[in-house]
Amino acid sequence: MSEEKVKSKDELVPIFFMGKCYEVPSSLTIQKALEYAGYQLVRGCGCRGGICGACGTVFRYPDSYKIEVGLACQTVVQPNMYIAQLPFFPGNKATYNIADLEPNGSVFTALYPELYKCIGCGTCTRSCPMDIDVLGYMSKAIRGDIEGVAKGSFDCVMCGLCSGRCPAEEVQFYIAILARRLYALHMQPRSAHLKRAINSAEEGQWTEGIAKLKAMNLDTLKKVYSEREMEPHMGPEDWIPGDTNYVNVD
Amino acid sequence: MPYTPELKELIKKVEKTRPQRVERKKRGEEFQPMTLKEREEILQYHPDFKEEGRREILVGPNKGYRIAHEMVDLLHAKSRVDPDKIDLSKIDYETDVLILGGGGAGTAAALLARKQGMKVLMATKLRLGDANTMMAEGGIQAASKSTKDSPYYHYLDCMGGGHFKNVPELVETLVSDAPSVIGWLESLGAMLSKDDTGLLSTMHGGGTCRKRMHSAGDITGAEIMRTLRDEARNFPTDIKVIEFSPAVEIILNDKGHAAGAVLYNMETEEYLIVKAKSVIMATGGSGRLHIQNFMCTNHYGATADGLIMGYRAGVPLCFLHTVQYHPTGAVFPEQSEGLLITEKFRGAGANVLNIDGEQFVYEREPRDIEASAFIRECMVRGKGVPTPGGKPCVWLDSPMIDMLNGEGTVRKEFPGKWILFHRYGIDIAKEPMLVFPTLHYQNGGLEINKRGETSVPGLFAAGEVSGGIHGQNRLMGNSLLDVLVYGRICGVSASEYVKNGYKGGKLTLNHVKEFNAGLDKDNVATEDRVSPMLLPDYSNPEIRRKQYTTQYVGTIR
Ligand code: SF4
Ligand code: SF4
Ligand code: FES
Repeated sequence: MSEEKVKSKDELVPIFFMGKCYEVPSSLTIQKALEYAGYQLVRGCGCRGGICGACGTVFRYPDSYKIEVGLACQTVVQPNMYIAQLPFFPGNKATYNIADLEPNGSVFTALYPELYKCIGCGTCTRSCPMDIDVLGYMSKAIRGDIEGVAKGSFDCVMCGLCSGRCPAEEVQFYIAILARRLYALHMQPRSAHLKRAINSAEEGQWTEGIAKLKAMNLDTLKKVYSEREMEPHMGPEDWIPGDTNYVNVD
Repeated sequence: MPYTPELKELIKKVEKTRPQRVERKKRGEEFQPMTLKEREEILQYHPDFKEEGRREILVGPNKGYRIAHEMVDLLHAKSRVDPDKIDLSKIDYETDVLILGGGGAGTAAALLARKQGMKVLMATKLRLGDANTMMAEGGIQAASKSTKDSPYYHYLDCMGGGHFKNVPELVETLVSDAPSVIGWLESLGAMLSKDDTGLLSTMHGGGTCRKRMHSAGDITGAEIMRTLRDEARNFPTDIKVIEFSPAVEIILNDKGHAAGAVLYNMETEEYLIVKAKSVIMATGGSGRLHIQNFMCTNHYGATADGLIMGYRAGVPLCFLHTVQYHPTGAVFPEQSEGLLITEKFRGAGANVLNIDGEQFVYEREPRDIEASAFIRECMVRGKGVPTPGGKPCVWLDSPMIDMLNGEGTVRKEFPGKWILFHRYGIDIAKEPMLVFPTLHYQNGGLEINKRGETSVPGLFAAGEVSGGIHGQNRLMGNSLLDVLVYGRICGVSASEYVKNGYKGGKLTLNHVKEFNAGLDKDNVATEDRVSPMLLPDYSNPEIRRKQYTTQYVGTIR
């Protein structure tokens, strides 16, 4: 586990974890610094790579009144920072059958009536470790712009930091995922070519071809593999292979 | 941390060769891919072929099988709990289908089992969705464009990538169900990348002959996982989730059928008994074992738990002698070390270059071949780029992507990576990235058939914990596919078993006792090891050493 175990050659800096001082190497992220300090993490650690949202963390610097937030796995320690982790923030998710919902603005208020309580303070945007304009998508939600919310919130890791600091007690990230699912299901066009491919597969159109491959001896299979035709990298979308035995022909 | 002056100097060599390389690519000229024979030769540089990296398993159904020390260590270990201490008559939870693991496979299984009218209980080690599925960036393969592709070609690619060792019936199921899995995602409202006519965006991946890699930006796995999780949480009465409570042993009944599991609440440190009519193992992979000390891209909880529990219950292992190293793990800056740089970068045209800014391998070879080529270039030919930390690595020329596909493509197609590196002061649309192979995927696992059944009646397995689908090497985009195809299949198979095959019986942990006894009988050195591991140990050894009272002493520990 060499590379995860921290190298202590770096200069040590003091950090305060929940008010208590620890000396940790200056190049570490908050997450690794906690481990260096002796913590075995159970909460507040997931992907260790900035995508799962398990490691929301709040901190302050010594000579600033500001409350800062970030992902512990992505934020490098600074001398004298005061740190508390916020790995879980309660939020109530509405339950719904996504297929039955109407894709219009009233969906948001029906499921999350507190949406209108947003006072537009922008704390959520300042709190988002993914640099998402949270206020921006919340305003769009109020206006019923489902597509805007879906696209504007795409990078949300559902860490809950926005919600934790919201004076209106919103659950921004649940509104966001509702919007993305509504948009993808009801507003993005269904894929016709996918439907055709599903039908072909379900009708067993390729079973015979695959059976042939399964029955081949290894050398023949290797030969077929090596000689298979490559779709050119920069080729057009409507490229058609020379051998059309195992594709649909229009 | 931006590139050091030394590295900036070396980047100039990359910039010098770049215009010609872009021109060649535009003309459709590629660096010569390796022949099958050349592929075989270069594999000697792959970590799998390092004999001193593995040893024989001395107990259980796979006695004599040589796999990585780190895995054998966990098999040659005692159970975390003394089976005699556990009172199996005190049941904490009862359910129809018990799912161990809360990643893509487990959640897909839960949704399908619920559809079959089952009561589902999911036990997960961390939170629901904290899994490698969440971290898969590149995409999901499916032959969705039937005028140029079909499961026939997907089958061929998959077999070739796995060195023709894959279990054919498992591959056939994988590729044949692929289009309907994309359809399922569409019907759940997962935001796949598509244009305004509904045309799904598809790209090449390593080892594909057709562009069939579907994506959702560069966070495909995250988009799939959060959608599945949201859907599962729409049914709180049918799908119950217990978080931070991983399984530590499977419970069998006196007929030898799977009948539940022992869970460990990691917060209160108590053990809990679940009685179930069927069990689905969906615990994921094992990157956090850091085989041969490689850095890893995996989730914190990827510690091979399911392999151990399944093996103790009698399920044979397969294909574990091969482990996948993703060719492009980030190396610089140090904070990002091990982080996955999606193969989509190469799919989108980025070349791989040595210290002289020269190509030495076609960028879209299957992963094991690509990784071996990097290792040879750095370790044997000495043409690696030195990092400040001293590790040699190679360039991934991301700026080419903008030159090939238009300014702004990198930012648009790889927003997550762009932001991350931007924070470090590196603009990956203008500067190349430094990469080296990183431990990524467990190719093998518990043996299953195409219905997801294991050798133990009532025990099913799906996703990375299972083996055979990918043979000796998995292609990009086939793991997200695998978790969904086999997760769904297990959801249905387990439900059918509950309806038609379930017999009931007395709960027992005798298999665990026998496994422990077997270790003693054969004098297998277990030292003081226990397994499953549950979480890796990254804490400071100095501090561990001073934790003198890890048992209760007085009122506290
Ligand atoms: S923090 Fe809350 S109230 Fe303030 S803008 Fe954001 S959602 Fe609105
Ligand atoms: S929008 Fe809120 S939940 Fe989503 S990433 Fe930003 S702060 Fe976290
Ligand atoms: S651990 Fe997943 S975002 Fe930090």
